[in-house]
Amino acid sequence: VLAAALVIGALLAVAAVWFVARPFLDRGEEELTVEPPQERLALEEERDRALAALKELEFDHRTGKISDEDYRSMVGELRRRAADALKALDAGTPPSDVRNHG
Amino acid sequence: VPELGRAALVVCFGLAIYAVVAGFWGAHTRRRRLSRSAQNALVAAFVAAAVATGVLLVALVSSDFSFTYVSAFTSRELPLTYKLTALWGGQEGSLLLWLLVLTGYSAAAVLLDRKAGRELVVWVVPVLGIVAAFFSMLVVFVASPFDTQLAAADGRGLNPSLQSPYMQAHPPMLYLGYVGLTVPFAFAMGALLSGRTDERWIVATRRWTLAAWMFLGVGQLLGAKWAYEEVGWGGYYAWDPVENAALMPWLASTAFLHSVMVQEKKGMLKVWNMLLVLLAFALSLFGTFLTRSGVLNSIHSFTESSIGPWFLGFICFVVASSILLLFARLPLLRSKTRLESLVSREATFLYNNLLLVSLCLTILWGVTYPILKEAITGESVTVGRPWYDFFLRVFGLPLLLLMGIGPLIAWRRASLSSLKRVFFWPTAFALVIGIVLIVAGAGSSLPGLIAYTFSAFVAATIVLEFARGTAARRALSDETVPRAFGSLVARNRRRYGGYVVHAAIVLLAIGIAGSSAYDTSRSARLAPGECLSIRDYRTCYRGVNSTRTSNAVETRATIDVFRGGSRIAVMHPGKNAYPVEQQVSNEVAIRSDWLTGEDLFLITEQVNGNGTIDFKAIINPLVNMIWLAGLVFVLGSVITLWPDAREERRLAVRYGRLAPEAHA
Repeated sequence: VLAAALVIGALLAVAAVWFVARPFLDRGEEELTVEPPQERLALEEERDRALAALKELEFDHRTGKISDEDYRSMVGELRRRAADALKALDAGTPPSDVRNHG
Repeated sequence: VPELGRAALVVCFGLAIYAVVAGFWGAHTRRRRLSRSAQNALVAAFVAAAVATGVLLVALVSSDFSFTYVSAFTSRELPLTYKLTALWGGQEGSLLLWLLVLTGYSAAAVLLDRKAGRELVVWVVPVLGIVAAFFSMLVVFVASPFDTQLAAADGRGLNPSLQSPYMQAHPPMLYLGYVGLTVPFAFAMGALLSGRTDERWIVATRRWTLAAWMFLGVGQLLGAKWAYEEVGWGGYYAWDPVENAALMPWLASTAFLHSVMVQEKKGMLKVWNMLLVLLAFALSLFGTFLTRSGVLNSIHSFTESSIGPWFLGFICFVVASSILLLFARLPLLRSKTRLESLVSREATFLYNNLLLVSLCLTILWGVTYPILKEAITGESVTVGRPWYDFFLRVFGLPLLLLMGIGPLIAWRRASLSSLKRVFFWPTAFALVIGIVLIVAGAGSSLPGLIAYTFSAFVAATIVLEFARGTAARRALSDETVPRAFGSLVARNRRRYGGYVVHAAIVLLAIGIAGSSAYDTSRSARLAPGECLSIRDYRTCYRGVNSTRTSNAVETRATIDVFRGGSRIAVMHPGKNAYPVEQQVSNEVAIRSDWLTGEDLFLITEQVNGNGTIDFKAIINPLVNMIWLAGLVFVLGSVITLWPDAREERRLAVRYGRLAPEAHA
């Protein structure tokens, strides 16, 4: 039983080494893929945030949580923010493309 | 074959160390293959931990008493299921389970979140590796479950109080919770290390945090149910440090789950969120330390315990290094937006966070003060129920109220006229309920009355939110009511799943207030034929008998229960004596009235030689709401956790994994 246990243990170790070493047999780029720059991500997050806030404002207005007056005072500002974020994205770095991250 | 178990753990330790070294080096030098290899090491570490666990389980099931652990926590006569669950009956097995769950989570997190952002994930791997290396080091060098001895004829058996179905499920649930908090911590640290402090770490860990939080919550409720049925003193939560150990990280992660929404919606609270993730993880380590180091028995058993000092050292290392890292990255975490108004959704989240963290830190002080006091002065003190109950009311009742206020207030700011309109009906409903309760006599407990009134307010807001949302959807899409309701929830899973969780907390509050503020108990020594009355119940003692089962002698009193003149039940509270373990357990009898949520709880405190019993009867009003709350809690969590394809696609576009056209 002891011998069998030792064999299984050794096999486990060998399998682990093989599995851990496998990526070194891979071809392809060695360097980590470059990701979209932080500023661009920040702009995309800002755009999504502004669009989500607009959606939420519409919904809250429809459900009566926000009065017409409050709605009018906030919607313009939020639209401007969303437009600014979209404009900044268009003007800035190239749009996020289908990069191979694997 | 303990050698195989030991070998598997050594392999696991080696792999974890490799994941740390290769992971850091690969991430630092931006080498893809090395980083990938470190990720594979984490996956392989899980397999090695699973092999070790398998070896211990086989030894437990086959009663191999040459394993010291098997001998210490099982006996031949122990039923099979308890032999299996003895895996977490002792320290070494519990640590092995921690390691198994940790490596399992780590492997799943790096595999499933591989696409979350290469530059982030490569830094997450070594952080997970550090935690895995610490726990595998413990089970390899300090507290091995594979220590051997000369095989004994029989084992010492499992503590009778652990021989309960709830104890089979409670510890693994808690571990899934405790250990699950490692994932958001590792991603947060990965974000700081890589300098990628955008929202990807939050997006990648949202579900892991929710799942861990759900398991921690369910685990605590199972523990409460176990205490209620097995410990047999009539209550379900005693503010015991072991119980508090699980409550603290749950409170911290509840705060995080709320404040993270402020970061997502407003880009604020970035540093605070990092701190909360660190707090939740450190408290989960601290919880394991409390329950496993012996520090709660006395300072002496802590210094004699093998793992206590290691744990304390590791917690200090984690906290100190995380805070240093956070300081170093502070410039990246500055937020551009400010709080616009003190009356806004984000402000209520802030108040909620302050209350949750205050409650959490108060409990932490209650747990650590006696330990520190004993360590410094040698004097032993206890922080008792009144302290915790006081702070639960001070922080808990406003929290309950906020749960109703928050959802009604819009993001950014709210005008007085809007507030008046949305608050009118819930407030009116709560006031009516409050008055009805006072008339019904619930004014005997002020905290109870406040809790009920606030609960009514929150329940009304939840119903209104669902009703208004459904009506708004119908106005847009012309759907039937059930269909509009379904699509409302499906399109906003986080929001409406969250409301269902709030409903669970309301049920919990009603259950806790009812059973702690309005309970009744009576006790007496009864001879056969004598009765004890409690409220509208009459309990009559008939006699006592004993039977022998495979591993215990069961003594049961027979009690006839009458209500309104007719017999409604025969109940059998008693005691079990376990000869192998040389222990006696209280076996209470409980009769639940599902219509009123009330329990009649009977305890035979002692069986005397002359045939009399020392008997206690308790009525716990509404206590069953607590267990019902557990089911609703799971339902709400699952709704929130359920993947949303639209959301996934949107995030994939944002992070450049999908072409924008596919979004349309």
